[in-house]
Amino acid sequence: MSKPQNAPGDVRSKSLVDYLNDENVRAVLYQIIAIGLVILAGWYLVSNTLHNLEKQNISTGYGFLDLEASFEISETMIDYSAKSDYASALIVGLLNTVKVSVLGIVLCTIIGIIFGIARLSSNWIVRKLATVYVETFRNIPVLLQLFFWYALIPAAFPHPRDALEPLPGVLLTSRGMYLPVPLADNAYTLMGIAAIIAFVAIYFIKKWATKRQDATGQPFPMLLTGIGIFVGLVFLAYLIGGAPTELSTPALKGFNIQGGYNISPEFMAVLIGLTVYTSTYVAEVVRSGIQAVSSGQWEAADSLGIKRSVALRKVILPQSMRVAIPPLTNQYLNLTKNSSLAVAVGYPDLVSVSNTTMNQTGQAIEAISIFMSVYLGLSLLTSLFMNWFNNKMALVER
Amino acid sequence: MTQPASTAPITPSFITVDGLTKQFGTTVALDGVDLRLAKGETLAIIGPSAAGKSVLMKCLVGIYGADRGSIILDGDDVSKPNADKRPEWASKIGMLFQQNALFDSLTVWENICFRQIELGTMNRSQAKAHAIDLLGHVGLAEESATLSPSDLSGGMQKRVGIARAISSDPALLLLDNPTAGLDPVLSNHIELMITKIAEQRGTTVISITNDMQIARHRYQNLMMMHNGKVYWSGPTGTIDDAHNDHLTQMLKGSSHGPITMRAGKRDDGVYA
Repeated sequence: MSKPQNAPGDVRSKSLVDYLNDENVRAVLYQIIAIGLVILAGWYLVSNTLHNLEKQNISTGYGFLDLEASFEISETMIDYSAKSDYASALIVGLLNTVKVSVLGIVLCTIIGIIFGIARLSSNWIVRKLATVYVETFRNIPVLLQLFFWYALIPAAFPHPRDALEPLPGVLLTSRGMYLPVPLADNAYTLMGIAAIIAFVAIYFIKKWATKRQDATGQPFPMLLTGIGIFVGLVFLAYLIGGAPTELSTPALKGFNIQGGYNISPEFMAVLIGLTVYTSTYVAEVVRSGIQAVSSGQWEAADSLGIKRSVALRKVILPQSMRVAIPPLTNQYLNLTKNSSLAVAVGYPDLVSVSNTTMNQTGQAIEAISIFMSVYLGLSLLTSLFMNWFNNKMALVER
Repeated sequence: MTQPASTAPITPSFITVDGLTKQFGTTVALDGVDLRLAKGETLAIIGPSAAGKSVLMKCLVGIYGADRGSIILDGDDVSKPNADKRPEWASKIGMLFQQNALFDSLTVWENICFRQIELGTMNRSQAKAHAIDLLGHVGLAEESATLSPSDLSGGMQKRVGIARAISSDPALLLLDNPTAGLDPVLSNHIELMITKIAEQRGTTVISITNDMQIARHRYQNLMMMHNGKVYWSGPTGTIDDAHNDHLTQMLKGSSHGPITMRAGKRDDGVYA
């Protein structure tokens, strides 16, 4: 649609109406109005909130973080007691969230890949079992699944008095699982350092070996060398550290079990629930990824006399990864975010600890802002890592 | 197999296909295909799409098992699946796929020697040296060995596909539309290269093509397929002009209904 009166260069007769009809002027004007409205709304909300808080005599700010928390947390990965401050309590909650999320991501990936492949199996029973697993756990809300596992564990396992002992030193009770752990000793720190040194050494030897093979064609027994270096160095550190053998074994004392490492029923319920639920989605992602690889790739491998299992590992899975990584990232993010449902079964994750903090201090906005930023941060970190991984794995389309 | 006494002098047959039938659901892809080829002979298969040309090739290479009929390759019946013999049979056959079907998860040299690496007949450094040697045969530089197939142009991918097909020095080379999608100069070059490689190694070649000129001038035998059946076959020299016109018309996808067979011209696919 041409408007001769607005043609470029025509500046003779421009009234206000002409300006308002000018497309360029309008575009800028609308944006100014939109931004103005957003700022206005934000200012209204913030000032209103501050005003209301002031009226209720609630102080704002993050000063409460230094106060004594005065509540206990049932499972902590760092030193914590009721005398610690709120900041420590929140860090304990964060670490618990990270612990269950990281373990959940690792486990759901392994289980998901197995079931994803099983759904495409040529064996009828395997295929149907995988379908039943996926369709059952995918279609029940994850919150209800957490309730289910949390109800099941105390009901399915005996009282500590009659604890099951499937392996020597491992106890299964209605209060969770107990594992024997080595008593703290400097040797273990030393072994950790040795392991890191071994990894660095293996990395550089691998680089050197690849370079040499490319140049001279001489292969290098990397796997054996790697295992040798790792086992050797770690064992050496163990010996230098005095070869400690003392274990803390769980045992019944009074009404409860003392010693060892306790995996609580809450933690198990959250971990199993999140893992099972998310693994069904991972299975679907893996299945669609495999099906997205053209059948010509299977046929080409077959024409070379290569077994299907080898073709799957060397040809199909690596190519399906490039389709699977973006939706896999979504599932990892979902698992991390769903871990906030742990509050429903009493696992002391970040949300649970924040809720207690909120109730005690009344600093609802601050506490919520903390856990929202933390989840945002965790998700962005996961995304960044997966984007990096995707760039590394993704191959250019044919 | 008893050879009909009336036709041609008797030479040992390298491939004998008898009454090969393959169905997918209710669709009959191959309907009683016969084929006989001696060692070192070349055959071009032509026919409209969905004629069963590619299915025949996939049966020959063992991707599909036969529903009925037999495929005798070098004395073994390869038409029924046999997991133990599969690698041995497969090493006698090299196949070039229409879309090349190179493995994007592997480098060019790993693609070429995938079977040697996976079946353990060569270690990685031997396989790489072998792959680089083959790259020379198909006119590619050594530098391309470590690239990914997706980094290569269509013509280069075709060459890598050929290198992979000949990597086990197969007695039988199957080519599914080796020049499809290439410009005329390049396709001529590729055809010449295949002819040269086959002559040097005494390879039996079966090639699917849509180019009547290439089929007539580069191949000793011609097989025309339609609706899963062999419609006409014989040495290329025996095609007369009437046939040629008919075949050409057929390739162009004649819309005059099903093509009727000319009496007395079908010869049961027996060559040699």
